[in-house]
Amino acid sequence: MEAAERAEKRMRDLMVRALNGDAVAYGDFLRDLTAHLRAFLRKRLYQHLDDVEDITQEVLLAVHKQRHTYRPGEPLTPWVHAIARYKVVDLLRSRSSREALHDSIDDEMQLFAHSDQEAGEARRDIAKLMKHLPDRHRLPIQHVKLDGLSVAEAAQLTGMSESAVKVGIHRGMKTMAAKIEGSQ
Amino acid sequence: MKTESMIDVLMAEAGPVPRHVTERRFASAGVFGIALATAMMLVAFGLRPDIESAALLPMFWFKLMFPAAIAVAAMWMAARLSRPGARMGFASIAVAAPFVILWLMAAVTLLNTEPAARVDSILGNTWPTCVPEIALLALPAFAATFWAMRGLAPTRLALAGAAGGLMAGGIGAMIYALRCPEMEAPFLAVWYVAGIAANGVAGALLGPRLLRW
Repeated sequence: MEAAERAEKRMRDLMVRALNGDAVAYGDFLRDLTAHLRAFLRKRLYQHLDDVEDITQEVLLAVHKQRHTYRPGEPLTPWVHAIARYKVVDLLRSRSSREALHDSIDDEMQLFAHSDQEAGEARRDIAKLMKHLPDRHRLPIQHVKLDGLSVAEAAQLTGMSESAVKVGIHRGMKTMAAKIEGSQ
Repeated sequence: MKTESMIDVLMAEAGPVPRHVTERRFASAGVFGIALATAMMLVAFGLRPDIESAALLPMFWFKLMFPAAIAVAAMWMAARLSRPGARMGFASIAVAAPFVILWLMAAVTLLNTEPAARVDSILGNTWPTCVPEIALLALPAFAATFWAMRGLAPTRLALAGAAGGLMAGGIGAMIYALRCPEMEAPFLAVWYVAGIAANGVAGALLGPRLLRW
């Protein structure tokens, strides 16, 4: 059995006991989960190690609050992964810094390459900037970059072709970047 | 806060977690949506006057079953989308199937209809009120479905919103069918579908705003 499989089995067992009210199992589960999350996030957010602990806590809290959505008997890894991914994308959205808009749009994690202390303000900027984009640019960005859908899902949802979605994201990001530069 | 102390805090909240929360929330939303829509339909519009004779016709029952099937399939899909990492499986096919069946029926009906009568078969007598009344009757289910999902953890918000909207649209159309006198598949294929789809679109647009957690 591989390490990931063993961990899945062990943690699933702990989680099921925790859901039945076993506080000790729950503590073990959370500590195991913390270690896995930390390692997982460190590898992926290597340009932003300062935030790893914050995000880890953020995900822990989300797992705790949403534990009623885990169904015993189903694999635990996809459930935790989906929560972690959602929270990372959420953070990414609130931190999307000005510089990030100039960067490659194809690598989401690149967005973490630059830090932005004024998170709240940056988010408002994005909303304001996006408001003026035409739907064919705005919707793909909304779905793919902000909501974390895949290009295929965004295409299905908007009725656009996948290449139109990609082009829309690219053009829209460029427009927004140009606007930011213009306003500075 | 140190992560270790955070774990201690969370541990202190450990305890038995209720089972089947997803199922119970969606079941409540469905019951509430159907009950309130029925009451609204009876008060605002009333049953179709010929309901007793209409109930003897297969089309009357198909007209109920088609939106009911969409509501059930969309509920299944929304419930899956409300749990992180759950696979959609065949849920999206189950949602699409009733539409496809209805459109096939409508196509067959139109092919067997005199060309001159085809437009009437699509427009019926009540097309201007069909979509808005379906939307009205879907409102309680729409609100209830979003309430159900807000207590869960959807991670694909637009898609989850769309599924929730389709569930509400299906419920609205089902109750509307009890009041609607139209009996032609082409009518349903255009106007019922539009009423249900409008709810799906509204859900997709509102999902990212209302379902964040």
